[in-house]
Amino acid sequence: MLDFLKNPVLSIQEFFVLSGRTIKNLAVRPHYFNDTLMQMDIIGVGSLPIVLLCGFFSGVVMALQMSRALQTYGAVGQTGPIVAITLVRELGPVLTALVVAGRNSAGIASELGSMKVTEQIDAMRALGTDPILKLVKPRLIATCAMQPCLTAISDFVGMIGGYLIAFFLLRITTSEYWNGAYRTLEYDDVVQGLLKPFIFGVVISLVGCFYGLRTTGGTQGVGRATTQAVVVAIVWIFVLNAFITKIFVSI
Amino acid sequence: MPEPVLRFEHVTVAFDGNPAIEDVSFEVGHGESRVILGAAGSGKTVILKTSLGLLRPVAGRVFLFGQDIANLPEKELFGLRARCGILFQEGALFDSLTIEENVAYPLENHRRENYPPDKVRSRVEEALRFVELAHTLEKFPSQLSGGMRRRVGIARANITEPALVLYDSPTAGLDPITANNIMSLIVKERDVRQATTIIVTQRFQDGKIMAKYRYNPATEDLEAASHNGDALVKGIQFLVMKQGRLVFEGDEGALERSADPYVSKFVMRD
Repeated sequence: MLDFLKNPVLSIQEFFVLSGRTIKNLAVRPHYFNDTLMQMDIIGVGSLPIVLLCGFFSGVVMALQMSRALQTYGAVGQTGPIVAITLVRELGPVLTALVVAGRNSAGIASELGSMKVTEQIDAMRALGTDPILKLVKPRLIATCAMQPCLTAISDFVGMIGGYLIAFFLLRITTSEYWNGAYRTLEYDDVVQGLLKPFIFGVVISLVGCFYGLRTTGGTQGVGRATTQAVVVAIVWIFVLNAFITKIFVSI
Repeated sequence: MPEPVLRFEHVTVAFDGNPAIEDVSFEVGHGESRVILGAAGSGKTVILKTSLGLLRPVAGRVFLFGQDIANLPEKELFGLRARCGILFQEGALFDSLTIEENVAYPLENHRRENYPPDKVRSRVEEALRFVELAHTLEKFPSQLSGGMRRRVGIARANITEPALVLYDSPTAGLDPITANNIMSLIVKERDVRQATTIIVTQRFQDGKIMAKYRYNPATEDLEAASHNGDALVKGIQFLVMKQGRLVFEGDEGALERSADPYVSKFVMRD
């Protein structure tokens, strides 16, 4: 009767097995430093242009939208604090994660998927390398290291976008905007603003690796794995974001 | 009597409950060769992958160098795999690595190798010269033809001079001339090192070359195993797979005489 649940439950189980094995092997030799650095370059530096663009315009849009609402209460001067809080707590981590998920979960799944269907993963195992150590671990470490950095950059660029709107359109002074933003941000805002991308980094890399490594069915299978990786990573980002936010709100 | 290099005991491998091979038993002794014939989807590749522990049986036992690998942890399998070489279908070369890096991969990654790093390049050059591709060191797999990629795969499979070498459809999709060249290389690798060899193929001609030809180091060419060409290379057996089951095991003569309609389809009579 519950047969339809078998596959999803099995997938979740396999995902946690892969995650567990990867985390267990984090300290295990050999460490592929070159692969990790290369992934940092692909994931971090490679995602920078799109993250900058996305962060900048989210700051611009936040400032524009908030200014209209704040005008009603005669509190346009609060634009800086509001842009800062929304960017650091929510928009920065989530939008950056969505962009990186779209770019890198897909990239990881298609790369590992192609290796799987052309038997390169089997060849790797046959030739003395554990794919978890060689492929999954570097991607996990690279994404977890890069995601908070990208988010911090995105937050900053977003605040610059908000500042440009505040300064040129809303006639708010530079010191009012930046002082307001600086004073509003508290320690736990920054903590949650950096903890979230770290956790999203785990999701983005492991989901990409998981779907890549279980690819079957030739090139069509690679396409399917790529789509699944992006969709699942995005869903998990939203779900986990709600949980983390709830925890911080309760604190 | 020495322990066989590889032994299958009633092995069944299944995917999602559907058996890919069922109740397969055979063994291969030191220096012997096996040619596994069968139609597409008959489970030939599954046998090769199960031999190295890349796939796990749901029933039966697989002994590699005398050790039961059916439930051996991946970490412990690496030591045994280091004594084996494998050529995958289409070569399975790593796209992101050059030919030199691909061929050097087993030397640098098999943990029991400990090959001196300063000697890797000369060993790689030697292995590529053996397959007549010494000029491709700096190239990437995508820059080579299908036949050349297989030859690089053969060099990679043999670079550590493994005791057991497995070849998965080495001639599939190649023109007859290239296919014969590939088979010559396989016979050459087998005879120069006396390696135990298992080859999976759909072409009876491949098995015939394995059975009837030897590599002569003096002439650096293949020659018929005897003057009249009928005598077989010792220790070579043919296995025929049909829908996951082993339906024939015997030498070339028995294969040619077989009255089984499925088995006889693979035999090309002169």
